[in-house]
Amino acid sequence: MSVVMPAATEPTATAGKVARRGYWKRLPLKAKVGAAILAFFILVAIIGPSIAPFNPSYQNPSLNASLEGPNAVHLLGTTQSGQDVFSQLLSGIRLTMVLALIVGAAASFLSVVVGVTAAFLGGLWDEVLSLFTNVVLVLPSLPLLVVFLGYLPQSGQTPTIVVLSALSWPWGARVIRAQTLAIRNRDFVAASRETGERSWRVVMFDIVPNEISLIAANFVNTVLYAIGASVALAFIGVADLNSWSLGTMLYWAQSQDALHLGAWWWFVPPGLAVALMGTGLGLLNFGIDELGNPRLRDASTARRFGLRWRPGEPTPVATGPRAGRRLPDRAPAAMRSAAPMPPAVEEGAR
Amino acid sequence: MRYIARRLFFYAVAAFVALTVNFFIPRAIPGNAVEAIMSKYPNLQPGAEKALEAMLGVGHPGSIWHQYWQYLGDVVHFNFGTDLIQFPAKVSTILAAALPWTIVLVGVSTVIAFFLGTALGILAGWRNGGWSDNSLAPLMFLQSLPYFFLALVLIDVFAIKLGWLPAGQGFDGSVTTPGWSLSFISNAAQHAILPALTIVVTNVAGWMLTMRNVMITTVSEDYVLAAQAKGLANRRVVITYAARNAILPQLSGFANALGFVVSGAIVMEIVFAYPGIGQWLINAVSSNDYPLMQAIFLVITFAVLLANLLVDLVYIAVDPRARTRSTR
Amino acid sequence: MSAGTATGFWPAEPGDIQSPASDRGELAMEAIALRKEFKIGRRQSLTAARDVSFNLYRGAVIALVGESGSGKSTVARLLAGQETLTSGRVTLDGKPVDLASRGHFRAYKSQVQLVFQDPFSSLNPVHTVRYHLARPVRLHQHKTSSADVEAELGSLMEQVRLTPADQFLAKYPHELSGGQRQRVSFARALAAHPSVLLADEPVSMLDVSIRLEMLNLLDELRNNFKLALLYITHDIASARYFADEVLVMYAGEIVERGSAEQVTQQPAHPYTQLLVSSAPDPDNLGSILKTGGKRGANNAETPGRIVSACPFHPRCPFAEQKCRDERPPLMRVSATRGAACWRLDVAAPDVVAAGAGPDGH
Repeated sequence: MSVVMPAATEPTATAGKVARRGYWKRLPLKAKVGAAILAFFILVAIIGPSIAPFNPSYQNPSLNASLEGPNAVHLLGTTQSGQDVFSQLLSGIRLTMVLALIVGAAASFLSVVVGVTAAFLGGLWDEVLSLFTNVVLVLPSLPLLVVFLGYLPQSGQTPTIVVLSALSWPWGARVIRAQTLAIRNRDFVAASRETGERSWRVVMFDIVPNEISLIAANFVNTVLYAIGASVALAFIGVADLNSWSLGTMLYWAQSQDALHLGAWWWFVPPGLAVALMGTGLGLLNFGIDELGNPRLRDASTARRFGLRWRPGEPTPVATGPRAGRRLPDRAPAAMRSAAPMPPAVEEGAR
Repeated sequence: MRYIARRLFFYAVAAFVALTVNFFIPRAIPGNAVEAIMSKYPNLQPGAEKALEAMLGVGHPGSIWHQYWQYLGDVVHFNFGTDLIQFPAKVSTILAAALPWTIVLVGVSTVIAFFLGTALGILAGWRNGGWSDNSLAPLMFLQSLPYFFLALVLIDVFAIKLGWLPAGQGFDGSVTTPGWSLSFISNAAQHAILPALTIVVTNVAGWMLTMRNVMITTVSEDYVLAAQAKGLANRRVVITYAARNAILPQLSGFANALGFVVSGAIVMEIVFAYPGIGQWLINAVSSNDYPLMQAIFLVITFAVLLANLLVDLVYIAVDPRARTRSTR
Repeated sequence: MSAGTATGFWPAEPGDIQSPASDRGELAMEAIALRKEFKIGRRQSLTAARDVSFNLYRGAVIALVGESGSGKSTVARLLAGQETLTSGRVTLDGKPVDLASRGHFRAYKSQVQLVFQDPFSSLNPVHTVRYHLARPVRLHQHKTSSADVEAELGSLMEQVRLTPADQFLAKYPHELSGGQRQRVSFARALAAHPSVLLADEPVSMLDVSIRLEMLNLLDELRNNFKLALLYITHDIASARYFADEVLVMYAGEIVERGSAEQVTQQPAHPYTQLLVSSAPDPDNLGSILKTGGKRGANNAETPGRIVSACPFHPRCPFAEQKCRDERPPLMRVSATRGAACWRLDVAAPDVVAAGAGPDGH
């Protein structure tokens, strides 16, 4: 005697498969564009320096080669000392990307560990960890970075990576802590204990999987921040100037007065590269946001169907022959959104 | 009231941490690095050399706790020691001259950016799904531009090519002298336009985006629907009901972003050669002027903490729930 | 003890009142003088459960009835080991229960399982049904080969009537209806092969139209597995349908107990009378009350704060000074019935008279 399925739900036999394979299709347009931009840059970062025509540091001694505009030999022109801007750009993209990804991974890891631990253990642990998090968060990072790096000997990217990782985790930890607190009180966590699961399994397999979209958004945010911070640090001459990062390029462009000399090909490409990477990451983040928060997504998706969403109305659901296949499946209610930087802090977490 | 006490305690802890970190960093450097630093100053005057040694912990003048205590006392009396490079100028003098420039420029521009961004965000959130959505990508792009980049472009266009506005500096020394004269103020204001514009443009996008997101969520709450059902004018619903609630997370975001604002300002001052403390900080770093560097760090940190505290107080004034909250 | 002999009821000694369910099967679990206090703020504490005692027998259904805030969910969580007792003790199969160590807790969970109220939040949205069921099977049945586990999963799904099993095992919770999810919750609890099942309002959040179906399923499971079932609900009508014994809770205490038929047809305690009279039941459940008797105003108050008075006295139509001064203990009305009230002779004279009759002492 099998139970009759209610007719109102989506085609059930395939719904399970759609939930997993259709994930990519379900991502909003913003996210796909952002991901595409990012993929392009990652590709450049991987193969870039190998296809660079010149060594970035190589200074062409010929007088004509100084501050040339873009031409056939030097695709993006040369610097004051005859170096090929294009090669520098390729090298810079790789360096900046690698640095940002490492910082993103390290800081995200720290955020998750601190945030989940504080929320799960509660009590005094929570107070102490939260205090620590908030203190690191409130101290202004650039001056601190400047002071740190000012003392450390300038050798390679490692100091920058370490210091940036150490200062960019707190915001993510706050957000993750708030989310974990909310999840911790849900019945399925208690049910997991009922089953007899150990605490670490409850955290790893029941709580954290519900926060994946939040953690992903946090990672993207941190990478974004790391790019900006490392470029700024290099630009003001505090970080290592021996390696060719995008910030270094801008530093030399500024100090050699590229602006006044009209050598736009020197400082526009690195700036554009940074901006495009940031845009790609930001769009990706918005996409992840919308995936987790159906209201944001449905408002923009509804527009595609010509529905105008007015405030106060319930979020529109498109009907019609094309609707079932175009509108994305509603994501589980457990996923929440992370706001892009600067953060909008949830109340109750103060 | 307990809320305020908690916040004060928190800021006290943060200030304390900043002070301690500031104190211990130079003393924590490995020995060979200390030598490297000392060797950069072959011609230091004895008084400055002594001060530097004390700061780096060389020669163990007194126990570390004694030094710490003295350090705390010095800070409280605004005694930041003497500058290394411009010996015997006192650090506090340099700071006092530079601080007003930064506060005026950064303070005013940030506030303008916040209000403008919030207003635009309210509009975008209310009328969601239209132009605001399409403008997301360009806004994202604007926000991702390294802020100094925009500064460079603006200088290029307005100062060099068009010659409408000065390309840098706080004021034109050949035309006017510092003082409360009208010519000075107008000259300073003229020099402040481009930096301020840069700060506003690069920050507006961020405020607008977060406000938009918060508004979207707020606007779908039942009480907004109820307000509309009551027949209230749209504008009233937007401002008094929706925005009033949405502003709360936005305020919190503002407090959190203050640190970033300061960072942006530092870079801005370099690009525009603006005589604020950001400019001085970088100069200090490149000339290894450690006392000045540390003092500026402290000043910036305390300023940010103070600003955070002020925003907290504003938050209490705006959110009635925070006032009645007696437990955490 | 003799205080009420003239009136036919007196304070019950432990063991005075027999559970009508005791002849169903052997004693599975004893709850003895359970007490749970929660600290709120600095100085105040809320007593969510006070001196709660009852037994569970295999193959029998004991219903715990009460309104929101009466403490019934707390009792369930105490028995499940999710909360720690402030005082009192629990025995399982005659042996005292001690959950201090993790090993003991795991073993306890193999015997005693709790089913949650909300089908929409008691399943983890990121895991399939298969995961939800496979975990307890692996943990409690110590089956390691996937063939064994699959066989067990299939059998569990059949027990809760979710077939074809393969189809349902692959689903995520958001793809199931409320009733289906609750069946999965039952299956998850059964996977541990427990002897005691604590069902915390298992059908309250389901559509009214399928509640009967689910209760029938619970009944069947109870029969098939000889479960000692604790059925917690606010709906006294379903308790009558389903349970052997009914315990009525108010403000953290048990105010009445007896066989389901007796308590629901002839309620003795004024609170039970109120519950019964407000239950919409075409069987005219509260017919006995419609004749005479004052009704108290039905304004709810926050239980747990009153210390030494009958907790129901603000709402009770029969309250007098003694009720405000002294908390009534559970009074023995007959061999199988008890009610905590000073004025039973006025509130339910027929019951008292019946109790003093041949089946009394």
